[in-house]
Amino acid sequence: MRKVYLDHGATTPMRDEVFEAMKPFLKDNFGNPSSLHSFGREMKKHVDDAREKVAVALGAKPEEIVFTSGGTESDNIAIQGVARRLKNKGNHIITSQIEHHAALDACKALEDEGFEVTYLPVDENGMVSPSDLKDAITDQTILVTIMHANNEVGTIQPIKELSEIAKEKDITFHTDAVQTVGNYPLDVNDLGVDLLSLSGHKLNGPKGIGALYVKKGTKVKRITHGGSQEKKLRPGTENVPAIIGLGVAIELAVKEVNEKVEKYACLRDKLIDGILKIEDVKLNGHPTKRLPGNVNVSIDYVEGESLLLNLDMKGIAGSSGSACTSGSLEPSHVLKAMGLDHQSAHGSLRFTIGRGNNEEDIDYVLEVLPEIVSRLREMSSVWKGKEAAEKKN
Amino acid sequence: MYNEKVMEHFQNPRNVGEIEEPDGIGEVGNMSCGDIMRITLKIDENEVIEDIKFKTFGCAAAIATTSMVTELVKGKTIDEALQVSNKDVADELGGLPKEKLHCSNLAADAIHKAINNYRGLDDGKPDENDHEHEHDHEH
Repeated sequence: MRKVYLDHGATTPMRDEVFEAMKPFLKDNFGNPSSLHSFGREMKKHVDDAREKVAVALGAKPEEIVFTSGGTESDNIAIQGVARRLKNKGNHIITSQIEHHAALDACKALEDEGFEVTYLPVDENGMVSPSDLKDAITDQTILVTIMHANNEVGTIQPIKELSEIAKEKDITFHTDAVQTVGNYPLDVNDLGVDLLSLSGHKLNGPKGIGALYVKKGTKVKRITHGGSQEKKLRPGTENVPAIIGLGVAIELAVKEVNEKVEKYACLRDKLIDGILKIEDVKLNGHPTKRLPGNVNVSIDYVEGESLLLNLDMKGIAGSSGSACTSGSLEPSHVLKAMGLDHQSAHGSLRFTIGRGNNEEDIDYVLEVLPEIVSRLREMSSVWKGKEAAEKKN
Repeated sequence: MYNEKVMEHFQNPRNVGEIEEPDGIGEVGNMSCGDIMRITLKIDENEVIEDIKFKTFGCAAAIATTSMVTELVKGKTIDEALQVSNKDVADELGGLPKEKLHCSNLAADAIHKAINNYRGLDDGKPDENDHEHEHDHEH
């Protein structure tokens, strides 16, 4: 059976070059970068080399890069670390309703510590409004954290515009760029952010590794205690093989980013156009300001988990914001914030394109999906049949 | 996540459809939780379920449980059908993932509703906040 992986927003396969680069460090080159002897010194050199690569990829300086265990930890260090460091200055944080749970739940945890959090709404395309940010700022605001591109619907936020508003008031700005780094062109200076989170496995690197860009002079308090690694912000012996893998992966990803954007957008638009030919389907997220590889649609009268399982039986991997696939009983908080009704949220389907995908993959999805949709609609208690649907329109 | 029997019913659901001019109709669930099941019954003069059809909007567990319940009660008397519980349906399917037990396992309720509708005791439509309360417990 044909296998089509279209869930690169969840994770991506590791590139061969990355795997090859990591191999020696999984076994033979085992030294601790903090050790004084040659075993350790050699490792330190490789870690510094990887740090340089990450810095170059972001337009940052090597000393501004902190290796972490991934996007979630980066978000937590940034959000909790800044809030606690600046709590004498103020107790107010601004974020959006559509953040990844790593940021959202870090903010919620801070509420328990007495911080006040404003969750900015988004419009029907999932876009945060700069004027809403402006209005939300108080003299107590110490941190703004807004993601660069949304992982579910792919909407790209006007980070530069938002960070300028924060900068005018001397407020620290963090962005979760897990979906964009390596997949969309960016530069930390151009974005104007003080902190930025990224993850290795979203850019064809290893899992369990990420980084946090911390602009020189940004005040962050450590949230984990231990050694002095990673400027004390992420203590613990470095995950050297993964750090090396991230370095190679990000270097390659950024080198190829323009070409990738063009290719993904072409496949994305073909997939979107094809899916929208099915009746009672709508696109979720911004029509143009969206990740080049993101397709998110709501297919009325069918439920997401049923769709995904049927697609899986045909070898196609996607994801959904349906409650049944979220691990909770609530559909996606992102789709809800965008104003989708329950039916549209439960019937949401996301495909995320990556390096290995080609036009035949898209053709295959477009061949298989309409049959699955009509089969599920035939057995759906809320589907009134084609005629009724046409009448409704 | 799902066992083979559940997947088999999900892939090849039994008795899908809608009986025209049914003797009883029962609909349970609501859109907020993402499962809506509708069962229609044909009941003969001996109060035996002669025919049964279902339509379900929902996840694999919702589809499989409705399919299973139609198999369990077809050919039975309505009194026998009233004895079938949601737990029986889940057991007959060899079990369901824990998180699905409360959320998508309502098929027996739909049968009971359809029978009560036949008896003139129920309008056959979903109750307000059908199983919202169970959701509360789950949180």
